[in-house]
Amino acid sequence: MFVEFLYELRKRKVPVGAQEAVAVAEALAKGLHDSSLDGFYQVARALMVHSEQHLDDFDIAFGQYFRGIQATAIEINEELLSWLKDPKPMRELTPEERAMLETLDLDEVRRMLEERIKEQRERHDGGNRWVGTGGTSPFGKGGENPSGINIGGSSGRGKGGAVQTADARKYKPYRADASLDIRQIEVALRKLRAFAREGTERELDLDKTIDETARNAGELEVVVRPPRRNNTRVILMMDVGGSMEPHREYVSQLFTAAKRATHWRELRTYYFHNCVYGKVWKTDGFQDVVSVNELMQQCNAQYKLVLLGDALMAPYELLGVSGFSAEERMTGLEWLIKLTSHFERTVWLNPEPVRTWRGNTIEAVSRVVPMFPLTVEGLGESVDQLIKGRSRRG
Amino acid sequence: MTEFRRFRGTDRYLTSDSLESAVNCALALGRPLLVKGEPGTGKSLLAEAIAEGLALPLLTWHVKSTTRAQDGLYVYDTVQRLYDSRFGDGNVKDIRQYIKLGPLGQSFASANRVVLLIDEVDKADLEFPNDLLHELDRMRFRISETNDDVVATERPVVIITSNNEKELPDAFLRRCVFHFIDFPEKSLMKDIVAVHHPGLDKALIEQTLAVFYELRELRGIRKRPSTSELIDWIAALRTAGIDTVKLDKELPFLGALLKKEQDLAAFADQLAGGRRFRS
Repeated sequence: MFVEFLYELRKRKVPVGAQEAVAVAEALAKGLHDSSLDGFYQVARALMVHSEQHLDDFDIAFGQYFRGIQATAIEINEELLSWLKDPKPMRELTPEERAMLETLDLDEVRRMLEERIKEQRERHDGGNRWVGTGGTSPFGKGGENPSGINIGGSSGRGKGGAVQTADARKYKPYRADASLDIRQIEVALRKLRAFAREGTERELDLDKTIDETARNAGELEVVVRPPRRNNTRVILMMDVGGSMEPHREYVSQLFTAAKRATHWRELRTYYFHNCVYGKVWKTDGFQDVVSVNELMQQCNAQYKLVLLGDALMAPYELLGVSGFSAEERMTGLEWLIKLTSHFERTVWLNPEPVRTWRGNTIEAVSRVVPMFPLTVEGLGESVDQLIKGRSRRG
Repeated sequence: MTEFRRFRGTDRYLTSDSLESAVNCALALGRPLLVKGEPGTGKSLLAEAIAEGLALPLLTWHVKSTTRAQDGLYVYDTVQRLYDSRFGDGNVKDIRQYIKLGPLGQSFASANRVVLLIDEVDKADLEFPNDLLHELDRMRFRISETNDDVVATERPVVIITSNNEKELPDAFLRRCVFHFIDFPEKSLMKDIVAVHHPGLDKALIEQTLAVFYELRELRGIRKRPSTSELIDWIAALRTAGIDTVKLDKELPFLGALLKKEQDLAAFADQLAGGRRFRS
């Protein structure tokens, strides 16, 4: 029955598949869930979620999927809840009774609850059938039934039900698509590494040494090689001013993280406004002009170009020309094409939410430059793109 | 239903339901357990607790940025052999003498079940976890120099911790049971403190915890103090014989809780109203 739950998770982009399903099935077969919804929640979470980023999605999906059970419970009329409000203490269970309670499965419990609510007309305490308190019926409050449904509050053994736990959504801060902080950006950027052997020969090449020594009839012949060095060079171009004002915070965070990333060989930062035309600036106050042609001469195709902007402008700003010189006669879009054809790896990071990307200049720009949202997820994907040009998702 | 020995925490290490459930999943399914969480929430201690709780020996593999997956399996000491051959020491013909099993190799070779802690797996190179996939899956590997197979007779209990410095590869994650250690709530924290400082004055516990949680909520704190820092701080308070604390600018042994200069500055800005810690 949890297969459908699997699809509910996939709908929320929690990466689960057959492997997880088999693992959960195996765990259930071994009785790891103690035949309870709580136990199922814990087991499923441990096996299906692989990163704290997905814990919140898991909780939502769990809440949604198993809400049926809760929702039915919530529809229970006021009167019933008021019976439950002052619970009677529960008597000790004999082991036989407890064993009997273990046997109910969730679907059955659910069906029984619906029936029972239809039938029940009065208050019950300490019994084993009706919705009441201090009893062993699978429904009610302050009682004990491992496969039961808790109605209106905590169960007798002081544990909140799994659905309640899920509903608390305490993993919200760990979502990947919600917030970006500098550290997360750093983690994402750290992937941008490419090692190459360069520089003076200082490291012992063991395999070659042995090889050479063997050739040399056993006389030690030491071979050295240059150490591995990081060879990533990044150009970061940022849109400033105008419609970028609201995103200032994110942009400055990304900038700080990029500056701090010491594992790069070189980082160049430039600023532009709206779109890259013939020139970019070295400061955000538009001083120290650098011509894009010059930049492309200085930097070879291996530089990774990251453009950051909302790509939101009036169409003429992207497609219009402003002057007569050869440089000025190229449109913004043509400049972008020129840049992407020069640099092997280019990405555009956009702080605007993805849903606004249709039917405006963003769409036009994203056809030229692979575009990613400025979220942890998007950043990760853009880094993948920068490393190996992996094709974009959906 | 197969029965196995379940993990229930130890006297010194308190667990939550979900942590126990994750550990037991890993035990029953023979999969590695990947533990993440804020620094100082007891990720590495978990392996010790499991070893103690199940009465198994513990092997530890501290991963560093230069660690390669191969190091965990075995190291072939070629240089030693080379020297021995030059100077005629040792039995150079026997390659096995120069093969030293790494922590993972030892855990496979061990006749009894062991707990293996692979600590801070994210410190190593990005490809490191991928290189271990096969070995962790099959619990066996071959020493290519001697053609010997090292096969685990008893699957070791593998606990892997990560501090999130790098994303771990998906294929690796899929094979692990995952648990994220939450920051303990106040009631659990009280129990934890009681475990480490038995017989501590109740009022002092209340006060320290109040200060501690308030401190964690202060605006602009980068490195929020964690459980281990709280324990150390209380130890310092006890040694100095201080029996009342409250959150103000004169907080004793502040350095035990806040360790970054910016955090001390943020603390000063909000509580002392001054710039005592600004340089």
